[in-house]
Amino acid sequence: MGTGMFDYAPAPESTALVDIAASYGLYIDGAMVDPLDGTPFKTVNPATEEVLAEVVAAGPRDVDRAVAAARAAYDGTWSRLSGRDRGKYLFRVARLVQERARELAVLESIDNGKPIRESRDVDVPLAAAHFFYYAGWADKLGYAGFGPDPRPLGVAGQVIPWNFPLLMLAWKIAPALATGNTVVLKPAETTPLTALAFADICRQADLPPGVVNIVTGAGDTGRALVEHPGVDKVAFTGSTEVGRQIARSVAGTRKKLTLELGGKAANIVFDDAPLDQAVEGIVNGIFFNQGHVCCAGSRLLVQESVADELLDRLKRRLATLRLGDPLDKNTDIGAINSPAQLDKIRELSDVGEQEGAERWSPACELPERGYWFPPTLFTGVSQAHRIAREEIFGPVLSVLTFRTPAEALEKANNSPYGLSAGVWTDKGSRILWMAQRLRAGVVWANTFNRFDPTSPFGGYKESGFGREGGRHGLEGYLDV
Amino acid sequence: MSTTASRAGDLADVAASNDTLRRFLHGLPGVDQVGVEARAAGLATRSIKTTAKQFALDLAVRMVDLTTLEGQDTAGKVRALCAKGRRPDPTDPTCPSVAAICVYGDLVPAAVDALRGSDVAVAAVATAFPSGRAPLDLKLADVRAAVDAGADEIDMVIDRGAFLAGRYLDVHDEITATRAACGDAHLKVILETGELATYDNVRRASWLAMLAGADFIKTSTGKVSPAATPPVTLVMLEAVRDFRSQVGRQVGVKAAGGIRSAKDAVRYLVMVNETCGDDWLSPDWFRFGASSLLNDLLMQRQKMLTGRYAGPDYFTLD
Repeated sequence: MGTGMFDYAPAPESTALVDIAASYGLYIDGAMVDPLDGTPFKTVNPATEEVLAEVVAAGPRDVDRAVAAARAAYDGTWSRLSGRDRGKYLFRVARLVQERARELAVLESIDNGKPIRESRDVDVPLAAAHFFYYAGWADKLGYAGFGPDPRPLGVAGQVIPWNFPLLMLAWKIAPALATGNTVVLKPAETTPLTALAFADICRQADLPPGVVNIVTGAGDTGRALVEHPGVDKVAFTGSTEVGRQIARSVAGTRKKLTLELGGKAANIVFDDAPLDQAVEGIVNGIFFNQGHVCCAGSRLLVQESVADELLDRLKRRLATLRLGDPLDKNTDIGAINSPAQLDKIRELSDVGEQEGAERWSPACELPERGYWFPPTLFTGVSQAHRIAREEIFGPVLSVLTFRTPAEALEKANNSPYGLSAGVWTDKGSRILWMAQRLRAGVVWANTFNRFDPTSPFGGYKESGFGREGGRHGLEGYLDV
Repeated sequence: MSTTASRAGDLADVAASNDTLRRFLHGLPGVDQVGVEARAAGLATRSIKTTAKQFALDLAVRMVDLTTLEGQDTAGKVRALCAKGRRPDPTDPTCPSVAAICVYGDLVPAAVDALRGSDVAVAAVATAFPSGRAPLDLKLADVRAAVDAGADEIDMVIDRGAFLAGRYLDVHDEITATRAACGDAHLKVILETGELATYDNVRRASWLAMLAGADFIKTSTGKVSPAATPPVTLVMLEAVRDFRSQVGRQVGVKAAGGIRSAKDAVRYLVMVNETCGDDWLSPDWFRFGASSLLNDLLMQRQKMLTGRYAGPDYFTLD
């Protein structure tokens, strides 16, 4: 962030709308309840390291209670409601998310560290849009291509990550409820607050008790939920490592599984690309949400003939990024979500240097308190480098070059992951040629990190299986 | 910068023929419409408050080319506008003057007279403004008359018909001739982006004008809708930024027409700041062609100073 003559004064979003309790219980059977065997832990603001609230790491008995509540609600009310009535509840939830948008955005930025510009303009509006979209499907399931009267699965156990807490909650809960399932959802241990606020939205919406249950906690709580015999469906978004464990534990059971895991997306820039917009797409691809995005464009593949010019433009652009207080409306790069994640980003970045790649960051002052990492790019990266293969999940871009479309394709596909990819070119035929051959669930053409509830999202290979969003997103929650 | 360097090396020969010019302009990186509009919209979400807003409002006042371009203009009307331009807010001696008063050529003497002794420049539209549909010798005579009458700046229009027909060399040579007719006066080249239709054309026309010697490139006449828009101005800002880094000469940008609120003006300044940086944040390098914008700037400026809004009757209508 340069400090030129036009120096933007602080423009902090007001926190007046947000009311964080000193401690929270678990949301089970329509009420906030004290834990049976859970233990308290604290959630902190990653930008200041201040403790925000005390929450519960739910124990096995708590999870059991939540699953039982979800089962009772499934048998007793939710599976008997007409699609039209389920849709009415979901529309109500969607409207409440919109009504409380500002509060949710501030809460998300405080708990997660992401810039308010993103939580306000991306996370919360998309979460509301997701509920609206699936609310519309609830009474039309017979026309979705899964038979005349597709049945729900039962109780869904859902475990979500910390990078888009409310949005991932919406991706999980909206299709599950629309199709007639009930849910037990575990938010990530570092970002429970918007899920707990959502519990209040369920109460406001008069959702029947037990249809949505929220149990906070860390890995142990997640394991208890996933392995609970009363769960019919497991949906997980998170790391490939945990995804593997879940797949193992679910194997041989009746449980249906969808996994949305890691990625190492190639963002491919051809020499005829619109360069200024490609620069924006690269920035949006890897520095959006501090790079805490499973589909982040963390590998930039640029054609050799424009590599120098593109990198000059990219570096000039990175120098204008504003890092700092997530609640400042002009902040582009917020805080890293946790010290553990910061350690991982630092470690892999150091490895990148040791492997011989050249590291560059713009002049960028980091705040003294909190967890921060400057936007960083590595040039001279080759396919054999760890920073070209492993998911860093931070604001770190690895730049590789290529000479021909075939080489670009080969390098892009040469990864155990396959969640997303980007293609930048003015040539339509080349976009189609690449899109047909890229082994990635989403291929963006002349854009990146664009999301819409109507569009299915999911991975190839070790990026997981199953699709979320769109008509396809219904399938994971239907007995088909 | 391999491709850029070779481009800069060739620039002397670029205007050798229509073919070389065409090859160069069509070799510029394309502009993705969705992407550039998204970037402009993203920059518009910057929140400019307190000290930053004060800075921006004062700067915007200093960048205004206060304009009257009506068939009904008279010397009296121009004199009134000049008085406003010299002291936009008579109640506040700290309020800066505007950059220039922009009038039709025949009213230049009135403006020169009324602005004598001030720092406010006189800008004249010329070359058969706004259509530009006149023989070249008449256009050049139009320019010379304005310069002889004392205009400091000439706002010319390009021949959009020739540009759209691919006769780039004709456009180029016309600008070069106008440049020569200007003498010491500054030349602003109006692209009339509302008639160029695509962002690719805006980028090409920007480069064409700069190659031909423009001191400023200007979006619009204000007589065609759409006039200045944020994405069009963004493309032009990128062009002047790239032109300087490749050729070494700095060119200014003037956004004209359709900018009426202080809020919009501040958004344009954010765009200048984050695209071109400090070097363009001055009336020497960025201008607003506007008339009603000034009063909103003054109103917001006074609000920043006093903490309350004065009614519209407290600001002069000229």
